[in-house]
Amino acid sequence: MNVTIPFEGIGASVRRKEDLRFLTGRGQYTDDLNRPGQLHAWVLRSPHAHARIERIDTAAAAAMPGVQAIYTGQDLAAAGLGGVPCGWQVTGKGGKVMAEPAHPVLALGKVRHVGDPVALVVAETRSQARDAAEAILVDYAPLAAATTIEAAIAPGAAALHDEAPGNICFDWEIGDAAATDAAFARAHKVVRFDTTNNRLVPNAMEPRAALGEYDPNSGEHTLWTTSQNPHVIRLLMGAFVLKVPEHKLRVVAPDVGGGFGSKIYHYAEEALVTWSAAQLKRPVKWTAERTESFISDAHGRDHVTHAELALDEEGRFLGLRVSTLANMGAYLSTFAPAVPTYLSATLLAGVYTTPAIHGQVKAVFTSTVPVDAYRGAGRPETTYLLERLVDVAAREMGMDRTEIRRKNFIRPDQFPYQTPVALQYDSGDYEATLRVALEAADFAGFEARRTEARARGKLRGIGISTYLEACGIAPSKLVGQLGARAGLYEVANIRVHPTGSVSVFTGTHSHGQGHETTFAQLVTEKLGVPFDQVEIVHGDTGKIPFGMGTYGSRSLAVGGTAMVKAMDKIIAKGKKIAAHLMEAAVEDIEFSDGQFRVAGTDRSKAFAEISMAAYVPHDYPIEELEPGLEETAFYDPKNFTFPGGCHICEVEIDPDTGEVAVVNFTACDDVGRVINPMIVEGQIQGGLAQGIGQALIEHTVYDGDGQLLSASFNDYAMPRAKDLPSFQVSTSTTLCTHNPLGVKGCGEVGAIGSPPAVINAVVDALRDHGVTHVEMPATPAKIWSIIHQGRGGADLPAAAE
Amino acid sequence: MPQVTLTVNGKSHTVDVEGRTLLVELLREKLRLTGTHVGCDTSQCGACVVHMGGDSVKACTILAVQCEGAEIATIEGLAAADGTLHPMQEAFREYHALQCGFCTPGMVMSAIDLVKKHPSGLSEQEIRDGLEGNICRCTGYHNIVKAIAAAAEVMNGKRSELARAAE
Repeated sequence: MNVTIPFEGIGASVRRKEDLRFLTGRGQYTDDLNRPGQLHAWVLRSPHAHARIERIDTAAAAAMPGVQAIYTGQDLAAAGLGGVPCGWQVTGKGGKVMAEPAHPVLALGKVRHVGDPVALVVAETRSQARDAAEAILVDYAPLAAATTIEAAIAPGAAALHDEAPGNICFDWEIGDAAATDAAFARAHKVVRFDTTNNRLVPNAMEPRAALGEYDPNSGEHTLWTTSQNPHVIRLLMGAFVLKVPEHKLRVVAPDVGGGFGSKIYHYAEEALVTWSAAQLKRPVKWTAERTESFISDAHGRDHVTHAELALDEEGRFLGLRVSTLANMGAYLSTFAPAVPTYLSATLLAGVYTTPAIHGQVKAVFTSTVPVDAYRGAGRPETTYLLERLVDVAAREMGMDRTEIRRKNFIRPDQFPYQTPVALQYDSGDYEATLRVALEAADFAGFEARRTEARARGKLRGIGISTYLEACGIAPSKLVGQLGARAGLYEVANIRVHPTGSVSVFTGTHSHGQGHETTFAQLVTEKLGVPFDQVEIVHGDTGKIPFGMGTYGSRSLAVGGTAMVKAMDKIIAKGKKIAAHLMEAAVEDIEFSDGQFRVAGTDRSKAFAEISMAAYVPHDYPIEELEPGLEETAFYDPKNFTFPGGCHICEVEIDPDTGEVAVVNFTACDDVGRVINPMIVEGQIQGGLAQGIGQALIEHTVYDGDGQLLSASFNDYAMPRAKDLPSFQVSTSTTLCTHNPLGVKGCGEVGAIGSPPAVINAVVDALRDHGVTHVEMPATPAKIWSIIHQGRGGADLPAAAE
Repeated sequence: MPQVTLTVNGKSHTVDVEGRTLLVELLREKLRLTGTHVGCDTSQCGACVVHMGGDSVKACTILAVQCEGAEIATIEGLAAADGTLHPMQEAFREYHALQCGFCTPGMVMSAIDLVKKHPSGLSEQEIRDGLEGNICRCTGYHNIVKAIAAAAEVMNGKRSELARAAE
């Protein structure tokens, strides 16, 4: 009988294990969970961007129906709670350590952004808690707000924090200033470019939620939370905020509805429900409303940058100078200081051989929501800067856009390539991804399409972006030198059960990435265990030894490698057991396709026979080997991984409306070895959508008083199906040289490479209108104004958006 | 406290509600049908879409008291009793049209109504326009559009079984 077993190992587009529960409404997201006796919390938030709290009167609110407790910052201070910690410390020019003002869980003395938590109301129902919150009287003495970087650093601007005079968090630099000056001194041409990378709101579709519970018998706290990294939350909240030891604190991140960075950070509400549940001896649940998410989830991007590129006569890049002002928001979120520095300025070489680079970053506090990593985290900002700058340079040099890139590419034979800004790239082939993308996009045939569009009254343009990024976070020693307060290892525990099925306990977390499927494919490939006999367990500090979670496209490159190491140990132990059972030398045992074989014989034992023998043996080498088949491995990456590729965008602009339609989008990305092509393509498509959203429609707008004007889906333009094209996505692979799977990471490339491709296309479409640059987002109002007022490159006031 | 009697997934319920209780709150909190999600507070995202009398509605825009005598269908009632998925559910899995899964129930319920209202078939543009009221942050919609097109072929009787996605 021939039975065809579908291939479900590395390289197969296996359909996802997790889909069934999501498609039938049986997902278990945090707000879906309810505990017996559960209370509901509502957070009263500041309506002011910057104000002194004169008085909080909770008496009337406390007397309202159902109210169990109301807490303010004073209550938390009296209870000895710490503030929300920051995970990175940046040391600036002259060895000056960054200003790190306290970030209280509930505001103390002052509020510093609209949405800053002021009080927590806990009641029997959510409606009761909300009603009571509206009855709390807070006397605010408003202070001057500074909602933009420019306003915050203007002379005489009110300081948000006493610890940060002039609202400066740090002033940092990287690279060789003198060498860069020398390069500019001998330049044939210097190209200058100024841009603002628009501020974005991540907007995972599941709003943040947290549910705390306390067991007075054991003294154990449990927090269910919408997190990308439950162990990190346990560490930060336990050690720094609540002062609860790890063995009394369990953090569970169940099904999580998207993160994109915004659910990395430890948020005040997590500490509030965990602490108040212990005070009240009843579970306490909090769930954000969407507008609340807008004013309390960390935002992304918001860099203001000036760049200068020095070129020789041939168009070769000689030197690059970049100076960035980065908005930190009102407080330092967990990763915030790392984003414009170690995750951004270290990428300034891009895919090019620029020999001298100097970057400076000044981080600024403003009276806005904290800004932190959002899909790509620093790499989209640098990629946008470089790929726009290169297009501007091509235009000023009178060169073809592909020619100038090719002339400056790092060639495949130059790897490993040491950049002037700290990183050493291990592999890549930028010419290959460019070539594939140009062909797939029919770049050569574009001018005919432009002409055809013109006949229809449309302005058609095409734009290219060739990029790389650094992910697989992170080589611990390196990032420690760079200011990370923790190493970024990953851990895997692999438990083979007696009958040969496998549970994998991983410290990474899946919130859409499909780890339950991809990771099971790794086990199927390596141990030969059927795909349906593999279970991936994540998101529970009570089950998993440790982990740093999922962000920075690290899950497969770091977490997957930890799994491979643990499986190597499983195989090594299995060989010893097999050798004993088959009376052979360990060195003679080979393992493949789920069989332990004695080399050169027909003797073999199946994986499940060995696992059974490991647990319930009659005959076991008990003197030399402990029973059981379970192994744990930690993995610290040797380097970042460096995915990259080429994105090509083709747009059509309707001059009557200013609307930009993305008519074609082609991406060829090198993400290293691909485990599940279906999932990888899905990740890239999703990233592209966010990148196109940033380029064309997404914008976070504060008014001068610090009110967030774009605080709902009515006001903040989320990409919808009709805003996007079908994508042409492909991969072209060079393997990562320093992890055993050869994987690089695919979660962020779409959002990193695409925005400059879109804007390059928009500028190309408007080339006959004297346009040299359009700031993101290229909204219809902005484009219409450019076309009809001849306002080339000028940014319009927010009111015109 | 007002009382409302309604049918959800074929089962009759009589529930005490507040005047301000929304249908989605009734489903999630009173009936513990948590497959219907809340993703916004402005009726934009569509995570809460259910069927009311066969038409898709945003359950966050309907008061529970408006549902007296109504027939409501949610994502939990879509698959057959033996677990066989609805063609739309099957297509979403086959075409990888979901990642985090949070928008998925509303997306599936909207898509079914969209297909039913276009029995002669749907172009890609019609599908994209028809998803105006549903936001997905993960997928970029590429695979959602493909899944709906494939499911439509089955629902409209043009194919007896779902076309497999290209490998």
